[in-house]
Order: sequence, then structure tokens, then C-alpha cells
Amino acid sequence: MSAYLKQDEPDNVNRLDHMRQGVLGTDASRIEGLLKVTGTAPYAAEYQLDDCLEGVLVTATISKGEVTAIDADSVLSMPGVVAVIDDPSLTARAAQGTAGEAPAQPAREVGYFGQPIALVVAESFEQARDASKHLKVSYRADDDVAFDPEAVEAEPQDGATSQGDLAHAMKEAPFSVDVTYTTEGHSSAAMEPHAAIAQWDGDTLTVYASLQMLNYNISELADSLGLDEDKLRLVSRYVGGGFGSKLGVSEETVAASVAAMELGRPVRVAMLRQQVLQCIMRRSETRQRFRLAAGEDGKLTGFGHEARVSNLPGESFAEPVLQSSHFLYAGENRELSMEVARIHRMTAGSVRAPGEAVGMPALECAMDVLAEKCGLDPVELRLRNIPDRHPANGTPFSSHKLAECLKQGAEAFGWDSGPRSPRHTREGEWWVGTGMASAARVHNVGEAKARVTLKADGTALVETDMTDIGTGTYTILAQTVGEMLGLPVAKVLVELGDTHHPRGPGSGGSWGAASICSAAYLACLALRETLAKRADVAEEKLELKDGAVVGGASLIDLLDGRDLAEEGHYEPGDIADDFTASGFGAFFARVRVNRFTGETRVEHMTGAFGFGRVLNTKTARSQCLGGMTWSIGAALTEAMLFDPVDGHLANCDLAEYHVPVNRDVPDLDVVFVEERDGAASPIQAKGIGELGMCGGAGAIANAIYNACGARVFEFPMTPDKVLAAMPD
Amino acid sequence: MRPFDYQRAEGIDHAGQLIAAENAVAIAGGTNLLDLMKLQVETPQTLVDVNRIGHAEIEDSDDGGLWIGALATNTDTAVHPRVKADYPVLARAILAGATQQLRNRATTGGNLCQRTRCYYFTNIDQPCNKRDPGSGCGAIDGIARLHAVLGTSDQCIATYPGDMAVALSALDATVHITSAHGKARTVPVRDFHRLPGHTPWKDNVLEPGELITGVSLPAPVEGTQIYRKVRERSSYAFALCSIAAIVEMDGDKIARADLAFGGLAHKPWHDPEVGEVLVGQKPGAKLFDKAADVLLRDARGYGENDFKIPLARRTLAAVLAEATGAEL
Ligand SMILES: Cc1cc2nc3c(=O)[nH]c(=O)nc-3n(C[C@H](O)[C@H](O)[C@H](O)COP(=O)(O)OP(=O)(O)OC[C@H]3O[C@@H](n4cnc5c(N)ncnc54)[C@H](O)[C@@H]3O)c2cc1C
Ligand code: SF4
Repeated sequence: MSAYLKQDEPDNVNRLDHMRQGVLGTDASRIEGLLKVTGTAPYAAEYQLDDCLEGVLVTATISKGEVTAIDADSVLSMPGVVAVIDDPSLTARAAQGTAGEAPAQPAREVGYFGQPIALVVAESFEQARDASKHLKVSYRADDDVAFDPEAVEAEPQDGATSQGDLAHAMKEAPFSVDVTYTTEGHSSAAMEPHAAIAQWDGDTLTVYASLQMLNYNISELADSLGLDEDKLRLVSRYVGGGFGSKLGVSEETVAASVAAMELGRPVRVAMLRQQVLQCIMRRSETRQRFRLAAGEDGKLTGFGHEARVSNLPGESFAEPVLQSSHFLYAGENRELSMEVARIHRMTAGSVRAPGEAVGMPALECAMDVLAEKCGLDPVELRLRNIPDRHPANGTPFSSHKLAECLKQGAEAFGWDSGPRSPRHTREGEWWVGTGMASAARVHNVGEAKARVTLKADGTALVETDMTDIGTGTYTILAQTVGEMLGLPVAKVLVELGDTHHPRGPGSGGSWGAASICSAAYLACLALRETLAKRADVAEEKLELKDGAVVGGASLIDLLDGRDLAEEGHYEPGDIADDFTASGFGAFFARVRVNRFTGETRVEHMTGAFGFGRVLNTKTARSQCLGGMTWSIGAALTEAMLFDPVDGHLANCDLAEYHVPVNRDVPDLDVVFVEERDGAASPIQAKGIGELGMCGGAGAIANAIYNACGARVFEFPMTPDKVLAAMPD
Repeated sequence: MRPFDYQRAEGIDHAGQLIAAENAVAIAGGTNLLDLMKLQVETPQTLVDVNRIGHAEIEDSDDGGLWIGALATNTDTAVHPRVKADYPVLARAILAGATQQLRNRATTGGNLCQRTRCYYFTNIDQPCNKRDPGSGCGAIDGIARLHAVLGTSDQCIATYPGDMAVALSALDATVHITSAHGKARTVPVRDFHRLPGHTPWKDNVLEPGELITGVSLPAPVEGTQIYRKVRERSSYAFALCSIAAIVEMDGDKIARADLAFGGLAHKPWHDPEVGEVLVGQKPGAKLFDKAADVLLRDARGYGENDFKIPLARRTLAAVLAEATGAEL
């Protein structure tokens, strides 16, 4: 049986609020947590297969051109070396998220310095790694390769908005701001290296991999290998962080597969730490110009956001920095446009919160400049500019919690709405100041299937190829099903990350939770129909709690010795065209800036977020904390440094790519703003995996200004940049 | 990692014999060496494990100073009561470096000999005169954010990245060295590290077959001891600029100013003239500026690291203000 819903209408019935179990929306701990902290949850590279070979990727030492010869003999006599894999199906880069088809092939065509070009396979990892450094490769290298995004012509992107006359609005406005910000590239820097083990039995290929979206990855891998999807099984039960870098099938997974099929033995390929940084996708650097025109009352009459980002030639992805700018603030005269510079740095792709992660902080800095010009409290400026409808296309908002987030966040933080001027507080060597920013992240959902089986013993089993990338998917699925079927979390078994199960939506774009839980919800509704019939009540009246109808028969009795299974199938419908749906929030930060050295330390941060139904307060809060921590990195330290001569990534380990460390992260407060968004999903939930970093770096930047008077226009705001902008 | 021989030394003499072999290298905590071996930046033929040779002691010496064995861990040194009481600048410098886990393994000898963090040095696909003499310097026209502004050469602009040695330099410590033949010698720590010149592959004055046995500190001196490390994040990052300072006041005048600087050069930078400018003078903004002028008189930036020159000036002012109580 299956239960299918294509959502074309909002669902404001909020069925889940009327269930009896009371497990959804609680702070249930991760059901797989114990396995993880005891090291017994197997990650991709940890499966123990007999006779397994080890592969290490060989990377290009030219920036652009092609491999003309690979001299396998140069390493085949080295101890333990089994083969050099140089097949045309090796991929040059990872697939972009949701591509569903093979990424660039063959690997011999080099697009950037450090790109994987071949695989060396040996009996041990150390032997393979040693040989990978000795493999003799000949190239034909192109000259005149561009690495600097500012030094090339850029291609305009589709989807620009031009409305009214912004130049005129700027001229006429009593207050206007024309500022340009730059942001540097970011790395996902996931803890678990990208890794795969492939096993070929002559007919079917099983691949244990670390991937976020098996529903797309199976097609990408099948297409890369020229294999039928039904000859392929992908397993990805646990993922040690992906942050976008594991959205598309990546080079090591294809390479392990090719090698296993060629050699007839299982092959494991794990990227070296340096490769994790050098071969995965980067978040593009950006240059963003804002033109804001406002009336005497601070209300925007003009809004301009023009951005330049970069990618390799031929790559479709362009960091969508305008995404929330389209609808966040009012202003009848609008210019929004983006261009892409084609350069030969590593591939640009999705890194947590693509677009808003860098677009929102820059916008929120520009708004801070405007607030100062207008003499308005920055919170008030934002409140005055919340539009009633999408300012360009006029669609209504599905639900809009920005005002509440601003107010509740300000209250929780203790925001002083009085007049502001920099350098109001000095403690010893440190200037202390505060800043704020709005948060917004567009809402996405994806098609999702999940099978829910009520077992004759009164437990439930949930199966889908959805992944849990550390976010809590296992747990929220158990909670959703427990809530609908009247079961405690411990009675719900969740099996994820296996393409033998029904296709989930994959984890990415913050859409996983709302999409997959909607599929499970639909399956449960269908199960409830059957149970209701058996209990002889209408489904709407069926009250289930602790494994029984309230005041009636137990599930075990109703099941009568037989399992009952339903597949829920959820598909987003036309509703996306009828409404503008987004998560909203607000950040408040207090920082200290050293007046001698320009070092900035965040002292306190509050984030208030409205993202629909909260499925689990603990895992949702953790997502917010993680997002705010990323905000600190984006504001102060994180930058990929590319060599000007050959375009390679220079800082390619975790000692030199500076994510925040414990001491950089103070107590962070998270406030959830109650919301049910019936147009967002059948369970009224939106996403929270990314919202927590969509603007936060702006709050920190604004606090730097308020503390010490340095208006910095370049992220990250390292001591040198703060000092250069600090007044004497 | 390339195949290599592993030999465990059971005593200092034994270590001396083993280290005399062709392309043999000592391994202590391994926190630097193993990383570089995995990257094939270091490719020793023989690893001589010195962890069992003793020399991990920290002891009072006859002249009132302190002896710190080459194998004493950074953690043991930083928490040693005498270090905390008499040489707090050393404890602070060590604790400003790396992480607890690394410091638990890292040793005195290994810390002194740690290699630069230059991105081109650690990447064998890039040119680097230090790693591969004659191949060029990738950093000079490349990413030079971490690099030196003092004492550079056209061959190499790398920094010595460590913290501990900066404090040792301010304290005027002495490095004790023994050779394969059991011949002992001492070198002031201020002369232990080298400038790159035309031989950037030589970080320090150790000759092949020589081992560090320990470091001796002179009897403690009066004064305020400060270690200030400027960095982007508040832990687990190397210094953009650091200063070890021992400053003593006599009334309203500076009586002693032993200063050493990290993150600015291929060695912990100690310039006696900086102290001379300060001693005998009343502290204040003008004086501190004069000291910075002396310190930075030959400073040269390479674009990306130009900021280090004003940063060093400002950090020096902050440290001297803290040490002397001067209002700035
Ligand atoms: C991520 C990271 C961050 C770090 N951050 C900092 C920091 O902020 N500040 C800082 O100061 N340091 C930092 N370090 C470096 C750390 O301090 C060094 O790795 C450590 O001190 C090296 O000591 P070890 O005993 O492990 O040396 P090993 O790795 O064993 O050896 C290092 C070198 O010293 C030689 N050697 C060792 N013992 C002797 C001896 N007795 N005689 C002669 N030669 C010898 C070895 O042959 C080798 O060349 C960091 C390291 C890492 C990995
Ligand atoms: S600065 Fe020194 S270590 Fe760095 S690339 Fe140049 S020669 Fe090598």
C-alpha cells in the first residue's frame, strides 16, 4: 500500500498537535548517539571486508590542460602496489548537488591544480600513498590560465531583477548607502574524510560511501560507471559531516568503484586530509555591492544587490547570494543581478547555506550602515522594512516570523535600543560593542518516500535511503512515527542510508527533515486508517498512546500476528509558486576588539529563529549552535587561500584553515519562535540546518564597528583588516 | 609514508651511535616529524626513537638556574613549579602553543627543532628552497600571510613558528648539544636558530649526528614576565606576531627589558638594541615607538604580510604598557 500526497494546498490542520504520545518536539536524545560516542557506528571507511585493497588518489600538478601519459611502470614495482587505475570513467570532480548524472569525465582533463587524475591501488594504505607520490605523469599544460576572479570578464547569470529606477531612487533618497563587501572562499572542512569502499561480485556493485543524497548519488554513480541502477547498492548509514561537500557523488567513490570492478577485489579509497580540502567543492569568494535608498522614516525605496562569484568553466553552480535579498526587505526600485567569473580554482559548489551564508552577512552589514545614517535603531530599521508580500513577484508569505524573531531575540539578549555610537565601552585593552542582523533562509522541500512497518510485536520500523549527516534524522523520524502511532521512541527502529530502501529526499538545503518526516507522516496516516477500521473508530478520532488505543485494544491485538506496512510518498506541489516560504531569524552579538592588535573575540551571541514546527528541541538547537559557530568562523577566521601563480589551495589542513575552536565560541543562546507553516510541508515544518548561519557573521561585523569604530568591508575580519580600518 | 628503519635508543650514547647513520633522524613526540613524513616532506631512512634515553628531567642547577631535559614534555615543563614561579614567561609561551594533546607529546628538543608552517614547504608539489634547494620559493610571490618581515633573504621568507623558543630567547637560555662521538657543546638559544640566507634548508646550527640533550636557564631575574601571542583564533593557531618580555622597573624608569619576538623571522628575534633604547628611560608612547623603530628598522613586507610591521609595533606598545603600567 502507499500513501501519496502532492501538496498543492496549505495544511493548517496540524494533526501532529492533536496526537497523544507527546514525543515529537521534545528534547529526545539521538537514538544513534551511544553508537557514535563509543565508536561503534560504522562510517564508510570502517567496514571490514576480506581481501580489501587500498587506493589513494593522485592529483594534478598543473592548473589546466590534460594528462598525456601515466607511466604505471614507475610505481608497479614498488612494494605492495597492485594497479594504477586510469580509466576514462574516473571523474574529474564531484557532482553538483541534485545533478543526478555523472560529473565531468574523464579525470585526465585537468581543470585545476590538485584535481584527482588517477588512483594507485596497493595492499596497504601506506604503500598506496607512497606510490601515489611517485607516479610519473606527463601533461600538456595550457598557458594563460586565469585564477583571479577579479581579473577576468564575468558571465551574467539569468534571474536578474530590475524594477523601477534604482539610480533615481538613490539620487532622490534622503538617506542612501552604496557599499561593497567581499567574502573569501569557505571549505566544508567536514571531520570525516570523503571515503568509499566498493565491492563487485561480477554482477552487482555495493558501495559503502559517505554521501548526503543517495537518491541522486545512485544515478550519478551509475551514470559515471555506465552501470544500471539496479546493479548498484549504495550504503551510507552514518556521515561524519557533509555540509554540502557530500551532496554529489565524489571522486573517491567513483574511483573505488572503477577499481573494484577492474580488479575483482574490494577497494577502499579515503581522501587524505589535504585532499579533503583541495578536491572537494569550495564556497566561491564573492564581491557584493549594495545600494540602499531610504526615506526620512528609514523605509526603503530602493534596493540593489549586485554580486560577482566564480566557478570553473562549464560548472552550472553559482553561489546564490541573492537568494534572500529577493524578498527580505521592501523597496519598490530594485536591481538584483549576479555574474560568474570563470577561473581555474577548484570547483565551486554548495557549502552549508549556499547563498545566504555570505549574502546575508554582507546585506546585514549594509543595513547597519543605513541604520546609522538614518539615526535609527538597527532593529527598528528592519522592523520598518518587512514587506507584506514578496516585493518583486507579489506572492504572499506562507508565514513570516522575522518581526517576532527580532523582538524576542532583542529581549533575550538585552538589546539596548537607545542611540548608538562606536567606542562607548572600553575594558582595559578591549573595546566592547554589540551588533545585530536578520536571518533568512529560503525554504526547500524535496520528493520523499519512506516505508513504515508496524510489526506484529507492536514496534515500528522506518526504512528509507535518507541519510543522517549528524543532524538527527534518525531521531526525528522515530519521534514522528512514535507520535503518529502512539509509540515511545525506543519502540521505533529507523534504518537509513541504504538504496535498497525507498528513496528519501537526501540531506541538503535544509530540506531533509520536513520532507522525509512528511513521507513518514503520510505512511503513518495510512496505517492509522487501517488501525482505526480495526478499532472501529474514525481515523480522526483514533487516539494512540504507549502502544495501545487510549482506553482500548493494544496495537499487538489490532495487528493480530501480522505486520502492517505502508509507504509514504510526499511530493512538493504547486504551492511553491503560490507562496514565498522562508525561515527567518535574528542574531545579536557582543564582541571585544583589542585596541592594540585588532583581535576580535565574540563574548556572547543570541539567535532567535522561526522555522515552523520544531521536531526535536535538542537536535534543532544543536543545528542553531552549529550555524552560529559557523557564523563566528565566517566573520573572523575562515578563508581559503589560493595561490596566485597556479591557483592551488594553500591552506589545506585543519591547522591552517581556521574554523572556530572551543575558546572562540562563547555561550550561545538559542530562542525558538513558535510557528506552524502549513504551506511549507504537511507537518508544518521548515528547515533549520542552515538558518543559524544566514546573517550571523553580519551581527559580529556590526558589533566590531560598534565596539571600535572599524567599518570593515572584507570578510573574514582578521586582525590585520580590523586594524587597517580602526580609527586612531 | 616511505618505508624506513626504526631503531630505539636505550641511552644517550646509544642514540648518538644510531643517529650517526646515513639520513637518520631523531623522533621524540613525533607531533611534527610524523606529519611531515606522511607528506614526504621529511624522508628519513632511519628513525631513532629517543623517548627512552632519559633526559626528561627538570632540575635545579647549581647556579640557581634550571635544567630542562630534551625529552621533558611541554606539559611537564609548563606546569613545573619552578617554571611557573621563576620563569612564568616560559610556561605562558608553551601554553599559548598548540593544544593540550599536542603539548602532552611534544618535547623540549622537538619543539626547538619544529619546522616552519610555510604552506609551500609542506606541499611537495610546490617549489621550496628549504625543502628542495634550488627549486625556488613559492611564498615570495604567493601566499605569504604567515611569513617573515625581519631577516629574510631572497631565497626564503619563512618564519620559525614556535612559541617556547621565543620565551627561551628572552630568558637567554642555553641549548646543550651532544654529537655522535659524545662530544658536547653549548649554544646560546639566541644563536641556535639561523637566518635563511643562502642556505634556507638549515633551520638551526645542529649538525648531522648531533642531538639536543637539554636546555639550561640562567638564575631567575626580577621583573614582570609577559608572553603575548597575536592570532586569528584564540587557540590552535600559530602566532602572527608574539612577544616574550621580561621587564623590570626601577622607580619610574625601566631597568631591564629583555624582549624576543616570534612570528616575524626565521628565528625567535632578539635585538639587544631594542632593550637598550628602553633601559634607563621613563615608559610612554613615544619611547615605545622609538623601540619599535629600532626593532623594525630593516623590516620588509612581502605584500600579504605587510600588516605584520604595524602589528608588531602595536603589540610591542601593548606589552610594554602592560609591563610598565604606562597609560597609552
Ligand atoms: C596542529 C599543530 C599546532 C601546533 N601549534 C603550535 C603552536 O601554536 N606553537 C608552537 O610552538 N608549536 C605548535 N605546534 C608544534 C609543536 O609544538 C611541535 O610539533 C612539537 O613541539 C614538536 O615536538 P616533538 O617532540 O613532537 O617533536 P618531533 O616531531 O618528534 O620532532 C621534531 C623535530 O625535532 C627533532 N628532534 C626531536 N628531538 C630532538 C633532539 N633531542 N635532538 C635533536 N633533534 C630532535 C626531530 O628529528 C624532528 O626533526 C603545533 C603542532 C601541530 C601539529
Ligand atoms: S618561504 Fe622558505 S619555506 Fe616557504 S617556500 Fe619559500 S623557501 Fe620554502
